[in-house]
This record gives sequence, C-alpha cells and structure tokens, in this order.
Amino acid sequence: MHVDPDFKNLSAKALQDKSLREALDTVATVMPLIRSKALAQLEDFAAARERAREVRDEALNRLDYYLEMFEQNVQAMGGHVHWARDDQEACAIVAQLCEEVDAKLVTKSKSMVTEEIELAAALQKRGLEVVETDLGEYIIQLRGDKPSHILAPALHVTIPQVIDSFNEHHKIERDRPLEDTDQLLAEARAVLREKFLNADVGITGANFLIAETGGVVVVTNEGNADLTASLPDTHIVVTGIEKVVPTLDDAGLMLRLLARSAIGQRLSNYTSFFHGPRRENDASGSGAFHVVLVDNGRSDMLGSELQDMLRCIRCSACINHCPVYTAIGGHAYGSVYPGPMGAVLSPGLADLDSARHLPNASTFCGRCEEVCPVAIPIPKLLRYWRKQEFSRHLRPRAERYGLGLWAWLNRRPVLYQMVQRMAVKLLRSISTSGSDGRWIRNLPGAGAGWTKHRDLIAPAAQSFQAQWRKRTKGDGA
Amino acid sequence: MSEANPAISKNPPRRKRVGLLATCLIDTFRPKAGFASVVLLEQAGFSVDVPVQGCCGQPNFNGGDEKGAQQMARAVIKTFSDFDYVVVPSSSCAAMIRVHYPDLFPDDDEVAAMAVALAEKTWELTSFLVEIAKVDALDVEMDATVVLHDSCSGLRELGIREQPRALLGRIRGLQLKELANPEVCCGFGGTFCVKYPDISARIAENKIADLQAAGRCDALVSTDLGCLMHLGGTLHREGSTLQILHIAEVLAGMTGSEDSD
Repeated sequence: MHVDPDFKNLSAKALQDKSLREALDTVATVMPLIRSKALAQLEDFAAARERAREVRDEALNRLDYYLEMFEQNVQAMGGHVHWARDDQEACAIVAQLCEEVDAKLVTKSKSMVTEEIELAAALQKRGLEVVETDLGEYIIQLRGDKPSHILAPALHVTIPQVIDSFNEHHKIERDRPLEDTDQLLAEARAVLREKFLNADVGITGANFLIAETGGVVVVTNEGNADLTASLPDTHIVVTGIEKVVPTLDDAGLMLRLLARSAIGQRLSNYTSFFHGPRRENDASGSGAFHVVLVDNGRSDMLGSELQDMLRCIRCSACINHCPVYTAIGGHAYGSVYPGPMGAVLSPGLADLDSARHLPNASTFCGRCEEVCPVAIPIPKLLRYWRKQEFSRHLRPRAERYGLGLWAWLNRRPVLYQMVQRMAVKLLRSISTSGSDGRWIRNLPGAGAGWTKHRDLIAPAAQSFQAQWRKRTKGDGA
Repeated sequence: MSEANPAISKNPPRRKRVGLLATCLIDTFRPKAGFASVVLLEQAGFSVDVPVQGCCGQPNFNGGDEKGAQQMARAVIKTFSDFDYVVVPSSSCAAMIRVHYPDLFPDDDEVAAMAVALAEKTWELTSFLVEIAKVDALDVEMDATVVLHDSCSGLRELGIREQPRALLGRIRGLQLKELANPEVCCGFGGTFCVKYPDISARIAENKIADLQAAGRCDALVSTDLGCLMHLGGTLHREGSTLQILHIAEVLAGMTGSEDSD
C-alpha cells in the first residue's frame, strides 16, 4: 500500500479549503448525533460491543481455522477461493480471472481493499474498462481523484464540481438539465444502468465472510453491489483475510452494530448474503463465484501488538468523531485509510517511514476508542507506533533529544529547578505586561509552534514548589 | 465513666496524608492553582504535603519514549508511595498514573506492583473531593457566570463529568453554563499543539465558537491547565479578556487577580 509522506503540506492545504471545511463541519455535527440516536435503540450497546469484540477476537485468534472452513464451504457451493499474499498477487489473480472470461467491461462496487491494492488501475493497465458503481466512487473515478472517507468517498467534492464532471464525461445527448442532486442522481443512474447490464465481470468487496456457511455479506445504501454481483456472469469478491466471522448469528450481531455506527441506520438499505454461484433454480446470480482473500500485511499484524486493529469493521465511527480528521479531511492522511483507524493501519500496511506523521497527528482525546463498536484501543495502538518511531530513530533529532533531556532533568530535582529558574527568567524577559497579566507573543525554536496561533501566559516569577517550600519553612514546618 | 469521649481522646485519629502532585504546568505557570488545591484538601480534613517532585512522564509516554517514561514514573512512585492518597489537579496527569503506570513495567513485577498500588490511591482533584473526601459544602461565593471545559482525559480515562459540576454547584452566586459538544476535544493534545499548530488552532476555533455561542460569561474553567493555556492563549491572541481559571481556584475562592504570579 502506498502512503504519501507529505502530511504537513497536505494538511496545510486541506485547512485552506473552504468547501471541504463545510463538508467536514457537517460530518462533525451530524454523524455523532445520528449514530448515538441509532445506538440508543439497542437494548444494551455496551454488552453488544463486548460481544462483538469477542466475536472478532475469536475469528482472529483462530483465523486459519475459520478461513479454511470458509473456503471449504465456498467450494462446496461451487465457488472458488484464491489466496493473495500481497497487492500485486491480488491484482494478478483478478486480472487472470477477467482474462479467462475474455472480459472487456468490469463493474465495481465500493471496496476499500480494492482501493488499498489499487485494483482498478491494475485492470485498466491491462486494457479493461473498469467502472465504479458507488455514486461517490464513480464521481471520484471521473475526476481522477481519491476517496477522502471510507464510506463517503466524495465527501470533499461539491455539487458544482459533480455537475462539471458529468458534463465533461457524459457525452450523451441529454434533454434534461443538470442542476440539482435529483437530476445528478438520475443522470448517474442512467449511465450506470448501461454499465451494469453490459458488464462481463462484477467486483465487490465484503463486509463479512461467514465461516460456517461460506457466505459473503455485502452492505450498501445504493444497491449497486447487488447489481454488480448479480448481473454479470462472473462475480469476484476481493476482501481482506480478517473479515471472517465464525457464524451467521455473529454476522447478524456485527450488522446491527455496523450500520448504526456508520450512518445511524438500523440496517443498511441493502444487506446481501452471497452464497456461491447461481444454482439451477435460482432466479438470478452470477455464473461464476470467486473470492480473493488478500493478506497484504495483515498476517504480520496478527499475533503482534497491533492485532486488535484487525477487529476493525470499517464503520468509520472513529473517523467521524475525530477532531483531527474533521479538521483536515481524508486526503491529508495520504492514505486510502484516513482518520484514527487509518493512522494505525497505514504504517502497518505500508511502512512507518512514510506514514510516521499519522500516529503523531492525534490529540489522544480517546473518542475513537469510545465510539468503536469493536472496542479497538486506538490511542494505545497509535502510541505503539510512536514507540516504534522513537526507538527506530525516525523522529526528528530535536524531538528525540528534547524528550531525553526532559526525562533526564526530571530525575535531578536540583538541576531541574535551576534550569526551570533560568527558563522562567528568559521567558519573562520576552513577555509584555498588561492589565491581564504577562504574556508572550513570540517564541523561538520549538516554541514557535505554540505562539503561531496563540499567546503564552508568562510563567510565574517563582515556581509553586519554590513558593511552597518558602512558606512551609516560614511556618517552621 | 466507662467509655472514653472521643473528643478528648489522647490519640485522635491521624489525619490522612495527601501528597499533592502539582504538575509541571501548575508548578511553572499557575502556582495559585497549586495553593488552591492545598487549601481545598486541608479544608476537607487532610494533611497535605508537596514533596520535591518532577514530571509524571506523560510527555515521554505519549511521545514514544517508553524508557524515559519508565524512569520518570519510578521517581514519582518513589516520591509518593508513602502517602495515603496522591491528588493531582489535572486529569491527564492523574490518568497517566491511574491508567498508564500499571501497564508501564511489563518486565519488572516489583515496580509494577508498586505502580498498581500508587494508581489505586491516586485521584484527580475534583473526583477526590467528591468521591473520597465527600465534600458537600463549600463556603465560597462567586457572583459570576462560568463555562466548564471538560478534559478528554477526565471524561474518557477517569470518568470525570459530574464531579466538577457538583462542586461548582455548591458555590453561592455561581451560574454554570454548558457548552455545546462538551465531549469534543479542544485541540490541545500536549505536544500535539506545538507539533501541529495549524490543526490544533483549527480545532480550537470550534471550541471557541461553542464558547461564544454559549453567550455572556465571565470565566472559562477547567480541571486541566493545559487545555486552559491553549484556549486562553488563543482567546488572548484574539483580544478576548475572558478570565481563565483552574477549577481549584474557583472552588477555593481564589479567583482574584492578586498574587497571580
């Protein structure tokens, strides 16, 4: 997986984007409300969450067992399971499957794993026409853009921009105007219907794999995954190895938490269970059914301090509740996985060198962990990456030495107090006095980060400890 | 007379000893909040000491310097182990000890046990006053409207939401206003606010917008000085004169500007 290491510039750019800010403000205010409303309908969210955590842990602790059970059950229904070690292998398997059926047109429903392995680009390189059928993804594809949210990929795109893209790319004679969202939807529907009907292969992701039935669960609000999966003669599911749950009941529990956490719905508009290819008496379904199970770094996290992250069900609650994400949006992270979950995943699936800012760009406010439906201790995992970064000397030297000096000084009280007195003197000398006390407007060096947007109240002439000792001595204590 | 009158007993029950971990920020920037904490604890019937102390290690812990954090935690454990209670006028520093010290020494059972023991008797100031000291009256008057800013560490690591509100409710004349979105971070985040100043400032904008939407108020109050210095410094840059107060100062009736140094 690829991560753009230029977090500083990407986030600075994002902070200047006014329409992005409007979209993000809506996320920050609306999503928490509808999520908590939907979860309040559950009898006992805390208990459901605990059970969901257990379900995911059970699957991960015996991942080989459940994946093999899944594979056997898929095969028993006439489907095929393919194992891909990494992104390249996964793309090659899918390309091969397309080639075997002489495919020209491939429809795709939204899948973060296919974004992660950059599947669409790989297939296009081999001459295939690949069409994203999730409306947001479709817009992103037309614009040559990247998703900025794992559920709402076109969150950052404005309506006028969509109108421009449609006008530019849809060269059909159109007797209807393109001005509002209804008209845009009708337009997208008309164009995509043709693609659905003519596609040779449909590629979907999977929200869950059910070991005991060999079932693949896919949820959407647009129904596009169902058309993608059922109309073409070949259905290829591309998903991560961690998506398996042991039983159908387990999948039911996860679904109840997923839609509520993600978008405040009891259930997604379309929740489909795919079990192998079309059987003799089935009214619909694909002729061939393939599941490509992608590792791409996941098995390295298994059994490590990062295993908890593999519980993630990609609901995006942590993203919607993150003060950093809702300030800078998804593109700033430079990864297909943004926000808190992305800040843990990206260094694991790509590398820490390029993703090193992501675990640092967190206030540790802990809301991500609080809203996570599978109780992933995200701050703890971000701290794990900071530890790695520190011990592998990836952190700028000044920061490393600064922390080292702080630890060293703090174990030497006399010296600490001496340094503190000197620093206080220096700070007070550059402070200005007013009716509301002494303030510092400009700090040099690392302190410039503080005074860039805020003033610093000047330190007290004498520290609390110094004053305390003076007083208690004065009392004869 | 067979029963001794406890009032004239020669050995009255020893007052429990509290060690105050004042925190680096209060030590350096806001001694008054330290003294206010002492006043509150003494009023509640405890004997208070401020041993020579350093940082709890939170910056190093969160900065990935585990070894540095362990060294600092060892020093804090040594300094404070003999007290009946350790009280900290900061949620994030209290959470460092209560929540994180016990997991900080996976390879040293002896120190880990001491860390657990210290964690069990360490409290953030307002939660200590409410849950342990059972303070239900405060002889303080403050004719002001204040807004309380919740600390993320307090809310989510220590379960501190009602305790400061209960105490502020005991102050005669004080009107407490609630912010919209009280559970949302202010953007301080320790070293985060210096390393990513633009993002931090953008997050602060939202909090300040909520503050302004709350209408007229005289002071912004919090359990955590870090959030207050961040929000107060941002407000000061914008020319605001809103008073910034640590909750200990409000509860102890030490809100005047005298001896603010």
